[in-house]
Amino acid sequence: MKFTIPQEENMHPGHLACPGCGGALAMRLALKALGKKTMVVLPACCWSIINGPFPYSAVKVPLFHTAFETAGSVSSGIKAALDILGKKDITVLAWAGDGGTFDIGLQALSAAAERNDDFIYVCYDNEAYMNTGIQRSSATPWGAWSSTTPAAKEEPKKNIMDIMVAHRIPYAATASVSYPDDFIRKLKRAKDIKGTRFIHALVCCPTGWKCSSEISIKLTRLAVQSGIFPLYEVENGLKYTLNKPQQISPDNKLIRSYLGAQGRFANLSEKDTKKIVADIKSEWLRLLNKIEGNICIKQ
Amino acid sequence: MKEVMSGNHAVSYGAMLSRAQVIAAYPITPQTQIVEMLSEFCRTGRLKAKFIKVESEHSALAACIGASIAGARAFTATSAQGLALMHELIHWAANGRMPIVMADVNRSMAPGWSIWTDQNDSLSQRDTGWLQFYCESNQEVIDTIIQGYKIAETVLLPVMVVLDAFVLSHTSEGVDIPEQKLVDKFLPPYKPQYKMDLNQTLAFGALVTPDYNFELKYQIQEAMEYSLTLARKVDKEFKRFSGRNYGLIEPYRCARAEIILVTSGTITSTAREVIDNLRKQGEKIGLLKIRMFRPFPAQEVIEALEDCKKVAVIDRNIGYGVGGILCQEIKSAFCNNARRPEIFGYITGIGGRDVTPDTIMEIVIDVRKNNKADNRIKYVGLRKLR
Repeated sequence: MKFTIPQEENMHPGHLACPGCGGALAMRLALKALGKKTMVVLPACCWSIINGPFPYSAVKVPLFHTAFETAGSVSSGIKAALDILGKKDITVLAWAGDGGTFDIGLQALSAAAERNDDFIYVCYDNEAYMNTGIQRSSATPWGAWSSTTPAAKEEPKKNIMDIMVAHRIPYAATASVSYPDDFIRKLKRAKDIKGTRFIHALVCCPTGWKCSSEISIKLTRLAVQSGIFPLYEVENGLKYTLNKPQQISPDNKLIRSYLGAQGRFANLSEKDTKKIVADIKSEWLRLLNKIEGNICIKQ
Repeated sequence: MKEVMSGNHAVSYGAMLSRAQVIAAYPITPQTQIVEMLSEFCRTGRLKAKFIKVESEHSALAACIGASIAGARAFTATSAQGLALMHELIHWAANGRMPIVMADVNRSMAPGWSIWTDQNDSLSQRDTGWLQFYCESNQEVIDTIIQGYKIAETVLLPVMVVLDAFVLSHTSEGVDIPEQKLVDKFLPPYKPQYKMDLNQTLAFGALVTPDYNFELKYQIQEAMEYSLTLARKVDKEFKRFSGRNYGLIEPYRCARAEIILVTSGTITSTAREVIDNLRKQGEKIGLLKIRMFRPFPAQEVIEALEDCKKVAVIDRNIGYGVGGILCQEIKSAFCNNARRPEIFGYITGIGGRDVTPDTIMEIVIDVRKNNKADNRIKYVGLRKLR
């Protein structure tokens, strides 16, 4: 039998994540892909807790806990120091949640990306401030309940991939722990590229999504299959590649089954659901247009 | 080698001679010349450093924090609004025990917009765990940056070197540039005991429960107290190769003085002239310069002032609702001392208003005619409002 997932474990068996946390699995997979020569920069996010309080650490690599909005800037500083000290073979991995990426950390991230500073930035996106008790972020989807959108969020989710791609960074990709081979491949690919690399990983938070923990993997798989969270890669801000496996067009039934399994969408009316399906379809078309655009570039 | 340079360029030379390895900074008047010159040093290879051109002061200090924890000597410079924007990370650098050196060019806080000097920006950071030095001359600036790294890397606390906007930052003076060879001997490469290291796999800055946190904060206070002794030692050591030292405080013509003025920053130079004149006329008056503000060298201050009759503390800052900040520190130092001079507080020069020898004389005249101090704050050079 051939293992496609590296056997190397760079996470300890003990950690403080909730049952079914997609973010914990994401780190485990990422460190398998990147190996021991990695240094992690961790702004305030669920992982600040998951990694354990002093004197514990759940990972087998050096890790720096930092202020909420500083994943981009601290990573730049660490990389600059490693360079000047002649340690050029270490991967710096910024590991931030959606709040630290879409909201408070966006300025520092954008600046680092504009400088094309040499590190991998992974946003594990569970679509709200889960660590502080499920408050909406700009990554929370339209229609979702959160403790600060007690009816439903009225604004659409910010498209962080478009923002990062607009920086023309060498590599940006979406990834899902429900597709571990694809996830590992993308992290490994990112590792071999120089410059700012950005991975947007949708991860399930059973606590905040109000679903049972055993369907965590299934839900983020559904997100991909239904067209809600397409898996794709963008090179140099220009060349889009749609990854398999996923539907060739958004699937109404799968979208409904994704929404229906989560308590945070329990308040949706039929009209709301229809709007969500329509929005996903139009986003999908927008993505296809970008992929079509590749052909223009080649000519 | 002696060169004529501004206070800002003295900072740049100080950082270069200290062989800063990572610099991260953002432009702000009146600091900008510091980092312009450093980026030129990096371009020409005079300084082998990585210069990260960040998008804000918040990111400037964050990048320095990253560089420091990865084992590099880090430098940044800022002023006023920039320093205030850094505030969260000013705590982070101290609590994380990162020996970063930063130059702050004292500038009045907005609004209204001001680019001129007063000390409210840096004094607002007094309880963060940074050492603070207030400089009087460009020579002192370059020397204090170098001394700053030596102190910072020994006690593992960050150091802020403060200079007045324009009066120092943009004023040129002759500065003796220490020889690189000698600086290297004085300040060897930074070798941290703990850093981001693949062999140590430590997690820095994790959640710390009440079970541990008290001790961590106490250790910062302990390091602060030790840095008084250390700064004295480093200052003496610095004299051995440069011929210059400054002390934590400097009593000037205080022998048998009945009145002593207390100053910091460039007001000191102005006051020296006034004291010289008055001494010539036979008046028993002296001056005490406060160079190190954090940690506050209270015992030295007491010893310098306890024998005189009257002390006039001159503050270029306002602790709103209290008064001059330096004055509060000095009063508090004397609180449990049996012998205590009368302590008068004067506030002047706010927002960069000129402090001239006449301003100082006005203070001298006022303190001469009052024998008993009260807690009223006196303002010098303040226009009548109604």
